[in-house]
Amino acid sequence: MAVAEPILANDQDTGQSELAQRLARTWSQPKGLWGWFCNTHHTDIGIRFMVTAFIFFLLGGVLAAMIRLQLIRPENSLMGPDLYNQVFTMHGSTMIFLFAVPMMFQGFGVYIVPLMCGARNIAFPRLNAFSYYLYVGGALVLWGGLLTNTGPDVGWFAYVPLSGPAYSPGHRADIWSQMITFTEVSALGVAICLATTILRHRAPGMTLNRMPILLWEKLVISIAVIFAMPAVMVASGLLLLDRLVGTHFFNPAEGGDVLLYQHLFWFFGHPEVYIIFLPGAAIVSTLVECFSRRRIFGYTPIVVSVVATGFIGFSVWVHHMFATGLPQLSQSFFTAASLMIVIPTGTQFFCWVATLWYGRLQLRLPMLWCLGFFFVFLIGGLSGVMLASVPVDLQVHDTYFVVAHFHYVLIGGALFPMFAGIYFWFPKMTGRMANATLGKWHFWLFFIGFNITFFTLHFLGLRGMPRRVYTYGPDMHWQGLNVLASSGVIFMTAGLLVFLVNVFRSVRVGGIAGNSPWGDAGLEWSMSSPPPPYNFLHVPTVSGRDPLWEDPPDQPVVVGLRDDIRETLVTHSLDADPQHKDEDPGPSIWPFLSALTVSAAFVGSIFTPWAVPIGAPPVIATLIGWLWPRGQSPTPRQTGESWVH
Amino acid sequence: MGSLNEPIRRPLTLDVSGLPSVAFGHRNTTWLANVFYMAIEGMMFALMFAAYFYLRTRSTDWPPGHLPPGLRYGALNALVFVVSTIPAWIVKRRAPDCNRRAVRNGLLVLALFALAATVLRVFEFSALNCRWTDDAYSSTVWVLIGIHSGHLVTELIETLVLLAISFTPKMEGTRLADAAINSDYWYFVVVTGLMVDFLIYGTTRFL
Repeated sequence: MAVAEPILANDQDTGQSELAQRLARTWSQPKGLWGWFCNTHHTDIGIRFMVTAFIFFLLGGVLAAMIRLQLIRPENSLMGPDLYNQVFTMHGSTMIFLFAVPMMFQGFGVYIVPLMCGARNIAFPRLNAFSYYLYVGGALVLWGGLLTNTGPDVGWFAYVPLSGPAYSPGHRADIWSQMITFTEVSALGVAICLATTILRHRAPGMTLNRMPILLWEKLVISIAVIFAMPAVMVASGLLLLDRLVGTHFFNPAEGGDVLLYQHLFWFFGHPEVYIIFLPGAAIVSTLVECFSRRRIFGYTPIVVSVVATGFIGFSVWVHHMFATGLPQLSQSFFTAASLMIVIPTGTQFFCWVATLWYGRLQLRLPMLWCLGFFFVFLIGGLSGVMLASVPVDLQVHDTYFVVAHFHYVLIGGALFPMFAGIYFWFPKMTGRMANATLGKWHFWLFFIGFNITFFTLHFLGLRGMPRRVYTYGPDMHWQGLNVLASSGVIFMTAGLLVFLVNVFRSVRVGGIAGNSPWGDAGLEWSMSSPPPPYNFLHVPTVSGRDPLWEDPPDQPVVVGLRDDIRETLVTHSLDADPQHKDEDPGPSIWPFLSALTVSAAFVGSIFTPWAVPIGAPPVIATLIGWLWPRGQSPTPRQTGESWVH
Repeated sequence: MGSLNEPIRRPLTLDVSGLPSVAFGHRNTTWLANVFYMAIEGMMFALMFAAYFYLRTRSTDWPPGHLPPGLRYGALNALVFVVSTIPAWIVKRRAPDCNRRAVRNGLLVLALFALAATVLRVFEFSALNCRWTDDAYSSTVWVLIGIHSGHLVTELIETLVLLAISFTPKMEGTRLADAAINSDYWYFVVVTGLMVDFLIYGTTRFL
């Protein structure tokens, strides 16, 4: 350790000091193609998650445009029923499993959470990298299926008996089931990484009640993922067994039950809505505070609301099954529970409005997208309250009213905050500012197009047009509204093209961002943009909820971590007191190799159950390769002197 | 670096160089991850248990047209599970003391118990008195015990790997902590195993 060096604050780090150079050597990731697969740093993996998820968002969007084109006139022959079934199933599955969760939960979470915590990397970085490769594996399996005319055609929730062995021969439904396994294992891996990072790698002083709301939301979502995702894995796993080895879980003729599938699926499916929405709410909370130039109004009620949403989200799943003939008592209970979710969501909403009301609003580009979120999500929320009522739900069940509702909720709750978040953290990720004029064009084109398309769908639904039909007769008089709905796609597509131009242009020639272009309070703005490989020159400490706004100029920084190995600081879950030091395992090819062997076993099991015993030894070998200790640095560990029991 | 006109800021420091570099028990980050992992797996078991009872309501007889699974191997395995907690406890207890010899012996005995449980499990399958293709009941019984067997084999392999490491100098602080966490996971396998036993050997006799 070079003790003679002056201690610099993190925002004074230019990468030139001796300490910075030593840290850069220690923490840098390997270069080249091989190095790309060995990389385990959260900023790189986070951006990969986001870019990959965005590519699948665009692909899912192409499918959506195909759907709108098909429905533009009655008895259209552009697509037959078989292709149409694949297209709408692929659209839903892609948007939920390959875009919304990987982007909103994994992408943003993996990139931002360690920076906001004041950590040098995410906890379990190899598990994090493994989760990314597994997600890519699932995505390739699903899209490989479509490109070989084996795309799933049973809807994004693959209800039995339609998806069972009797009605869906071939491997289309199997591909859907295994894609679920891939993506859910990926989300579960990231949930463990994020929850551990938030609970154990927060900067000293960042007690639970000083934690940024974004971290609270990510913690709640991670825990929701841990308890919700197993349900869909059980559902899709049992479906796969029914199809592949002849079990009878969902076969009523042999004592099985089709509603069991729906219960299992929606026990995951409804929390999933919050797993997608809460990251959006987290972004909104962060941005509203930043652009109101004041502390968030109602920190505690917001945190309580987020936690309450996490809990209530698990008690409303049956409202997706009102049309299945459930007992009236359950219908009443789940109606009440579904209406109850309004309370925490409304609380968050009013706190955001109050923050804006009492603050000094700066209508910068990311904030514009937040305002779009308020408008769109509010409409989606209101139609959701309508649907929570059983009589209304039964009338509009499986119509375009429901399609309109969930697009308002999901696009409002995830896509608008996503663009807000991308524009907000773009300078941190790239070091350059996105162009605001192009960003506003993007916003207005997308906002107008979205409302033209999806507001119209409410009326189509109320006029009785069912979802998932590949065409309709001219006597139904649905064409006018369908043309109107489809015309919105032109605006949305134009908006997305403007966004892509903006991103590609700004990455190269955008204005230099500096450390903190928005003047936000979060720790992620204290280092240079993009962050150096070690994130923080010194692990920071904080003394308030908004560190960069409140902390004194001489706010202490952590010293005493070694700079020749990847040493990290572990703090207490509640009060964030420093407890002990740990060591980041560093880059490795094994997560990638493990993902390859696991993917091979998963894909093989679509075709034969023997893939499990045959695929297991390579999986075990790569996992042992991953976990086998090597290159341990000489530390005082051997002596047992500095252990904490 | 700030401009020349700015006053030079010198942050205070919080020196952590004296902090320990290995933690055991709940302070260990892997311990926390293991808790999350057990929550995930526990949730899967809970949902399978729920599915079992749900499917029970779809049938008047239980087991429907089958004899209940034979008790002999199941009961013997339950005993193995219960006794196996002793070496697991010894490993967990001795690891923080850096007692490598006790940890190695504990892991060896634990691995033998895990191996015995795995072998007995094969016999358990043969005594289930049904095949998974018979009906929904049989499918559930096979999958329940199958999922648990997956955990059992995973744990056996993990214990063997730790045992192999314990014969090398690499069995130092972090690995000792891993060995202790492995015991926690073994407890989880034992508890879920006994719950599965209760379901497939118990409830088929009185439900």
